[in-house]
This record gives sequence, structure tokens and C-alpha cells, in this order.
Amino acid sequence: MARVIFTANIQRHVACPQAEADGRTVREVLDNVFAENPQARAYVLDDQSALRRHMAIFLDGQMIRDRTRLADPVSDTSTIYVFQALSGG
Amino acid sequence: MSDRLLVSTRKGLFTLARKAKGWEIAAVDFLGDNVSVALTDPLDGRHYAALDHGHFGVKLHRSTATAWEEIATPVYPPKPEGYEENDMWGRPLQWSTARIWALAAGGADEPGVIWCGTQPGGLFRSTDHGQSWEMVRALWDHPKRKQWMGGGADLPGIHSICVDARASKRVWIAVSTGGIWFTEDAGASWSQRGEGMRAEHVPPELTHDPIAQDVHCLVQCPAAPQRMWVQHHNGIFVSSDEGRNFTEITGVEPSTFGFAVVVHPRDPDTAWFVPQIKDERRIPREGKLVVTRTRDGGKSFATLTRGLPQSHAYDVVYRHALALGPSGDSLAFGSTTGGLWVSEDAGDSWMSVTHTLPPIYAVQFA
Repeated sequence: MARVIFTANIQRHVACPQAEADGRTVREVLDNVFAENPQARAYVLDDQSALRRHMAIFLDGQMIRDRTRLADPVSDTSTIYVFQALSGG
Repeated sequence: MSDRLLVSTRKGLFTLARKAKGWEIAAVDFLGDNVSVALTDPLDGRHYAALDHGHFGVKLHRSTATAWEEIATPVYPPKPEGYEENDMWGRPLQWSTARIWALAAGGADEPGVIWCGTQPGGLFRSTDHGQSWEMVRALWDHPKRKQWMGGGADLPGIHSICVDARASKRVWIAVSTGGIWFTEDAGASWSQRGEGMRAEHVPPELTHDPIAQDVHCLVQCPAAPQRMWVQHHNGIFVSSDEGRNFTEITGVEPSTFGFAVVVHPRDPDTAWFVPQIKDERRIPREGKLVVTRTRDGGKSFATLTRGLPQSHAYDVVYRHALALGPSGDSLAFGSTTGGLWVSEDAGDSWMSVTHTLPPIYAVQFA
């Protein structure tokens, strides 16, 4: 299962504890995480389920490439960091 | 008399209460967060506050008896696969709530109905006190909606919502920029209103096109809904036929430019404005903060200054930041530099409540 870690800054608005979830892509992993924590979903994804413009997701140390479909492949040992970008906000 | 004010600011929602010694800050909520606009539903007293968390998006909160709770945020429908639509800058238009710019309660016969205007131009309606929202598709799908442009922001937005006090299904909205739109069937169909307004910032062939008008604020007299007032990018306009036709009011000193307007709840000829120097500077003329008031439908205006700073005042008052209480005597306005003033005598004199709030976006009597 992939590990998902959320930025500390989001915690003031909505609780996002570290989570572990199955999935072959970033999308699948996050869908599973948000199934357990539905309120958090809209803090990370926009109305079209793309990554919010000023958010960033790092997959095993690399910024993901597909911000729209979140199709970057994930392994069982992957770590996904959900951060805010320094742009905007 | 109205004893409470909701003040939405860049750094939180401030509730002010009238006490024996004057107005005081009674509560601070969402401190540090950007509150774009708030609403008190007159039917049940519930408060709504729209927050913009920047990175984390737009959220909506509603008051309970003792606290606030996050409720559903209006969500744009899925953008059809392969559908392409660009904004005025040539970038793909994101079908996603970028800002909640207007909140309005439905009519007295519609408990729980809330209208919500957003950027990039979606109008939403809730029938359950904001627990869920439905986009008004007839407006979003209207072919002319794509002609809306950004005004005060990069994206077009709905900032004014007027519900007919006689018939709740009749609603007017105003768009910056996109003019005035009207429905008489609670949103199922829409038509453009606003003949007679004039836009200087577009080519001559579009000057009088109702869709090209940058309405900054639209208000309607509840007791005489045929009377509507507009503070427009180009000046002040008034309608006596429910917004079908407008007449421009000219020659008002110190300026007809501004963002805000309020109309008296029972006297359609009485309205207030906060004028500024147009476009190039957007500050009060000569650093003197004033309110203008007409009591004769725009034939003449009084310039109200008593209690307002008359030198080196650079306060800008946004479109939702001038408020009128239900009596028609109480007024309040807040500024971009954190000043808040209240009048209890229809604007004849003003009291400074504070100079140190964060930039103020919206003021309402609660």
C-alpha cells in the first residue's frame, strides 16, 4: 500500500492524518484515501477532480506530471506527499 | 434599529454589536482566513460565510446556535470530454468555483432558499439552507454567457442578486462584465436586461450593448421593485421599469465612479453611493472620503462628509462593503484600508468604529 502524507498547513482547516491506501495510480490511491475522509477531497482537488492549481503532489520525491488525471503510476512502496505550492494563495 | 454587523475581511469575519457606548467588535471568526462575503438569512437568522483558502479552494460555512460548520460548496458540473472553452486571456476556462462573490436569501415564501453567485460566472441555488447546491444550468449554458468577461477580476463573476419581493421566482443578477440578466421562473430561463447603460471601455459598436456593461453593483427597492439602481464602471444608472431601461445620472460631484450602492427599503428615490476617482487612481477625490445621497431619484445629490476623514483618506469601498439597515436610517461601510464607519441618521453624520481592521470586502447588517 502507498503511504500518503498531507501538508501540515491543511490540518488547520480539515484533519488529514497520514494514510495508507491501495491503488495503481495517484488517482486511485487518493480516491481511496478520500473515500475515508470525504471532506478533505475538495481541499486538494478542484471541481473537475484535477489537482488544485496551487497544490503540488510529490510521488517518491518527484513532482507528479499529470495534474489533471493524476495518472502517474504508484507502487506498493510509494510515498505520496500532498503539499501546497509556494505559488498563489 | 439593527444591532449587529457582519464585516467580511481579508483576515476573518468580524461581528460588531451596538453597545451603550457605541459599536464594538463582539466576535472574530475565521481569523487569518479570507472571507469574501457573508449573508444573514432574514427568515431564520442563520449566517453564511464564504471563505477563500487560496491553495485549498473556496469553502462555505454556516452558523449554528453556538458555532460554525462547513457546509457544501457550490461545485461546477463536469466539463464535457473534449469541450473547449477559453477565458478572455486565451487560457482554458476552469469549470471550478474560483470565488463566491454573492450570497442572497430567497423570498419570504422560500425558507431555505439561498442563491450563490460565483466566479467564473456560475449561479447556484440551494433549497436546503446550503446543505446542497444546484447550478442554474440555463444560465451557464446560455450561448451568450461565453461573452462574459472579467471585470474587477480575471474571470467573469456574478456579484449582485435581487429577488423580487413580490414574486420570488423573479430574480435579477448582475455580472462583471456581462450586464444584467433576468429570470421569471426561478432560473429555468433567462433574458438580458439593461438597455440604456453605456460602456466607455469597449469599441463604439458595443458601447450600448447590454452584455458589454460592467455593472459594479445592482440593487432593487423592496417596496417598489420596478426601481433599480446601478453603480456602473461608467457611472450611475437608474431604472423605473424593472431594469429594462436605464437612464444615466451625470454631473454628480465629486464623482459618479464607485463600486457600491444601496437603496432605501421603502423609498425608491433614495440611494447612497461612495464615489472615487475613476480607473486611473481609484481613491477618494482630494483624499476626502465622502458618501453621496439622492432623495429625489437622482435629480440632485447631497455630499455627506460629517464624521468622515477629509484629508489623506485613501479608502476604497468595494461593492458589497456599503450596507443599509432595514429601517433605512442605519448605514455602515468598510474600506480597503480597514476603516469602518456607521451612521444612524441616514448618512447625515458618521461615527468611526475602527481604522485597524484588515481590508474589508463586505459589510451587512445582521
